[in-house]
Amino acid sequence: MKLFAHHVASETCNPDMTPMIDVTFQLIIFFMLTLNFVTEDQSERIKLPESELAKPPETPWESPIILQLTDAKPPTVIVGGDEVDLRAVKVRLEREKTHLRELNRSVGKATVIIRADRQSHTGTVQKLIKDCQDLGFERFVLRAREKYTGVAQRT
Amino acid sequence: MRLGSRDETGFQRLELNMTPMIDVCFQLLIFFMLTLKVFATEGDFDIRMPIAAPSEGKPEDVENPPLAIRLKADDRGRLTGILLGEKTLKSFQELREEVKSICAGKDPKTLEVELDCDYVLRYEYVMEAITHVSGFVDQNGNIVKLIEKIKFKPARGGPAE
Repeated sequence: MKLFAHHVASETCNPDMTPMIDVTFQLIIFFMLTLNFVTEDQSERIKLPESELAKPPETPWESPIILQLTDAKPPTVIVGGDEVDLRAVKVRLEREKTHLRELNRSVGKATVIIRADRQSHTGTVQKLIKDCQDLGFERFVLRAREKYTGVAQRT
Repeated sequence: MRLGSRDETGFQRLELNMTPMIDVCFQLLIFFMLTLKVFATEGDFDIRMPIAAPSEGKPEDVENPPLAIRLKADDRGRLTGILLGEKTLKSFQELREEVKSICAGKDPKTLEVELDCDYVLRYEYVMEAITHVSGFVDQNGNIVKLIEKIKFKPARGGPAE
């Protein structure tokens, strides 16, 4: 097929751009829908333990507070994007408690979500839970990463 | 400014300049591609932590006392032993089989597990123990629940306060 005719100066090649624009728009829509701006609650530093039973909750937790325990030495906790020492976590939790009171929400009904690194000491996780209990928090959940078992799971 | 050209029939053909739109589209595409972060699905395990220490609190259920699971660790945090009550188990799979036989015919909501772990034990082993006592995935891919209530005993060892 002859695309260019050199002897006719005014003849131009006009490729059909429609399919390319279609695909580009579809890709943009895909990336827009999968975009996740909220990353402070899912620190990449935390390597969660895996579990084949780990399933996202069917209903969202009430007043969730996410505590991310790192495997640093000494261990640190990431709360609301700030990294604090394990000994200073109570001070930070006091602020969370005050914030809950301002919103007229019960501290006892708030859910503390613990995202602890798989290499953390169990005793450190328990100490974190104990610190929360001392401040009146009662509901705790331990977060794990879903493990693929090769069988399509149904809940 | 020339917007269109006349074809051989004399009608004016409008030629839109697509270049700026394609430029913007590709820039958007590159932005979204670079900001894409793929996170694995995460799930939660509900745990019960009574405020009072077990010795201080009154027994909650005399008929169904909690199953005591002891997880021992070496000084590097690796798992060295699993005990269900007084019985030594070789693997978490064996623990699950034991729990299955205990739970047979019982309501998962009435049973409880109490984990008794060494302070330095790596958290991944605890999560594995919780997974194996909480349930299993059957051949059809359905989750079968075993025990829903999980609590911890104060960790053994660890740094002095």
